[in-house]
Amino acid sequence: MFAYLMKRLFQAIAVMFAISLISFAIQDNLGDPLRELVGQSVSEEVRQELRDELGLNDSFFKQYTRFAGKVLQGDLGTSYFFKEPALDVILKKLPATLELVLGATIIIIGVSVPLGVYTAIKPNSLFSKIVMGISIIGISIPVFLTAILMIFIFSVELRWLPSFGRGDVVHVFGPWSTNFATVDGWLHILLPSVALASIMLPLFIRLIRAEMMETLQSEYVRFAWAKGIRPKRIWFVHALKNTLLPVITVGGVQIGTMVAYTILTETVFQWPGMGFMFLEAVNRVDTPLIVAYLIVVGFIFVVTNTIVDLIYGLVNPTVNLSRMDA
Amino acid sequence: MPLLSVRDLVVKFAMRDETVTALKSISFDVARGDRLGIVGESGAGKSVTGFALLNLISRPGFIDSGEILFDGMNMADMSDAELREVRGNKMAMIFQDPMVTLNPVLTIGQQMVETLQAHRKLSRKEAEQIAVLKLREVYIPAPEERLAQYPHELSGGMRQRIIIAIALLLDPQLIIADEPTTALDVTIQADIMELLLELCTTKKVSLILITHDLGVVSQMTENTLVMYAGRIIEAGRTREIINDPQHPYTQGLINALPQQTLPGERLKQIPGNMPSLSAAPKGCAFNARCEFAQDRCRMEVPNFEQIGPVKVACHEVRRLHHETHKQEDLA
Ligand SMILES: Nc1ncnc2c1ncn2[C@@H]1O[C@H](COP(=O)(O)OP(=O)(O)OP(=O)(O)O)[C@@H](O)[C@H]1O
Ligand SMILES: [Mg+2]
Repeated sequence: MFAYLMKRLFQAIAVMFAISLISFAIQDNLGDPLRELVGQSVSEEVRQELRDELGLNDSFFKQYTRFAGKVLQGDLGTSYFFKEPALDVILKKLPATLELVLGATIIIIGVSVPLGVYTAIKPNSLFSKIVMGISIIGISIPVFLTAILMIFIFSVELRWLPSFGRGDVVHVFGPWSTNFATVDGWLHILLPSVALASIMLPLFIRLIRAEMMETLQSEYVRFAWAKGIRPKRIWFVHALKNTLLPVITVGGVQIGTMVAYTILTETVFQWPGMGFMFLEAVNRVDTPLIVAYLIVVGFIFVVTNTIVDLIYGLVNPTVNLSRMDA
Repeated sequence: MPLLSVRDLVVKFAMRDETVTALKSISFDVARGDRLGIVGESGAGKSVTGFALLNLISRPGFIDSGEILFDGMNMADMSDAELREVRGNKMAMIFQDPMVTLNPVLTIGQQMVETLQAHRKLSRKEAEQIAVLKLREVYIPAPEERLAQYPHELSGGMRQRIIIAIALLLDPQLIIADEPTTALDVTIQADIMELLLELCTTKKVSLILITHDLGVVSQMTENTLVMYAGRIIEAGRTREIINDPQHPYTQGLINALPQQTLPGERLKQIPGNMPSLSAAPKGCAFNARCEFAQDRCRMEVPNFEQIGPVKVACHEVRRLHHETHKQEDLA
C-alpha cells in the first residue's frame, strides 16, 4: 500500500511539475505585466528599473524557481482585475463549479448505467435502438447548442426552469455555498448539469454497453447460467461488477476532464463558477488569474485520477494494493 | 427408461451470410449411473452437444429440432424457469478452462452459496456448511478458508476442483464435463480425472465426458460416441470401440494414439482436416480423408446402423468388417 501510494504521489508531482512549467510559460508570454501595473505614460528608464525590481530580467530558470516557490506557498499572484490574490478569487468560484460537476456526474451515472446495461441485455429491442441512435446524434451536438436549445424550451417557452445564475444558495462554510439545500437551488442547477452531462453521456452509455456485452459473453457468465442462477443476479451481480471495473478508470478521467468543460456551460448559463471566471479573465488578459486557473484545474485533475485509481484498487479483488509496487 | 435420451437433435448457427448446421440430427442415450465419452477432432460438435443438453446454446446458435428427454422432461422446449430448475441442480456442467470459469470479482463462497440458494431455501450459514462439505469431498485443503478467497488466489488445479465441487453441490443426476483437464498442467490432469471417476462411481452420478483423448475415454467410460463434422459416426461399448473400431475414422483416431506408436516412430495422424461446417462435402463427410472411400461415399450420407456390437455410419463398413473377420478366421 505504501509503495503504491508513493508511486501515485510521484506521478502526481511529475504532472503538476509539467503543468506549472506550462503555466509559467504562459505567464511569461501573455501580455506585459508592466502595462497592467503602470499604464502607458511611463518612460523607458523607469520601465527598465521596474523590470529589474520585479525580476523580469532574470534568467528563465531563476524566474521559474521563484514562481514555483511562490506557487508551493499558495501564492499564485494577484489578480489585476479583482486586486486580490488569484487563489482566493478562484477558491470563491470553485464550489459553484464543483457542484455543477457533481450534478452532472450524478446525472451521468444515474442515466448511463441503466441505459448501458439495458441496451447490452436487449440489444435488439426498439428502445435500445432508439437509445443508441440518440447517443450517436448526441456525440455530435456541441454543448452550447444543447444548452441554448434547453434554455429555449424549458426557460423561454415552458417557463419551467430558470436559465441563469445559481439562485438561492445556502452558505455552508468558508467559500462554500450550496445549491442543494433549497428548491430554488435545485431548479437552478438542473439545466446546467444536464447540459454538462450531455457532453459525456453518449460516451458513457456506449462504453458501459460495450463492456457489458463483452462480459455477458464471458465463460464465467455462461457458467453462472449453467448453475441455474436467476437472470437478475447474473446481470447485476456477475456481469455489472465486472463491467464497471474498466468503466471506473475511463470514467474517472472523463469526470476530471469535465471540470475543464465547465467553461462553455458556465458561460451559457451565467453560472458564477471558475469556468465563467476563466473566460472573463482571458478577455481582461488577467494573467495571474489565468495561470492560477490552470494550476488549480491541473491539481483537481491529478487528485481525481489518484482517487479513481485508489477506488479501482479497492473494488477490484485482483489488484492487491499492498503488493502493488511495480 | 434411460436418464437422458437425445432424439434427432439439430443445432444451427445463424451466421451473417448463411445458417450452418453444427449438429446434424444426433441421437443417443445415457442410462442412470452410466458414463459416456464423446470423442472427435476439434470442431466435431462435442461442446455444442454438451451445451445443447443444458439448452444453453447462445446466439447466434439455436436448437432447431429434436428432443432432449432428461428424466422424462424435454429440455428442448422447457420455459426459462423450468430450465433454471434443472441447470446446476439435476444436470451440472464442468467447463474446460478453470482460469476463466469462475467469476473474478466474487469469492469462492459467494459462488457456491448462490448456486445452493438458487435451488434450495437455505440460509447463508447452512449453504456455507454444505459448501465446505463438498470442498472436502474434492480434497481441497482448509476448505473453510477457501470460502473467503477469490479465484485468482488459487491455482488452476485447485480451481477445477472447486468447479467440480460446485457441480456436485446439489447432487445432480448427470454431470457434463467438457475437456475438464485440457487447460491444466499435465501432472495434475490424471488426478482430476481420477477424482471425477471416484465421485461419479461412489455417488452413482451419470457422466458425459467430452475429450480428444481416447485413452482417457477407455479409462473413464463404459460407452463412447465418436463424432465427426456434427454427426455421430460410431457408438457403442467403449471396450468394443477401442478394441475393434469399425469406422475408418475411429480406426484412424486409435492408430494415432501414442500407445500405438513404437518409440522413435512418428504418430500416425489421419491425413487432412475435418471439413468446416459450411464446406462439408456431399455424401459421407469423411470421404476425402478415407482410404476406403467409393463413389457411393461421395454421393449419399451413410445410415447409422448396428454392425455387430456397435452402431456405425459407414457404407463400406459391412465389407470391411466382413473382410477383417474372415482374415481372423483364416489365421
Ligand atoms: N458461437 C458459435 N458461432 C458460430 N459457430 C459456432 C459457435 N460455436 C460453435 N460453432 C460451430 O460448431 C462447430 C462445433 O463446435 P464445437 O465447439 O462443438 O467443437 P468441439 O468438438 O467442441 O471442438 P473442440 O475440441 O475444439 O472443443 C464448430 O465447427 C463451429 O463452426
Ligand atoms: Mg469443445
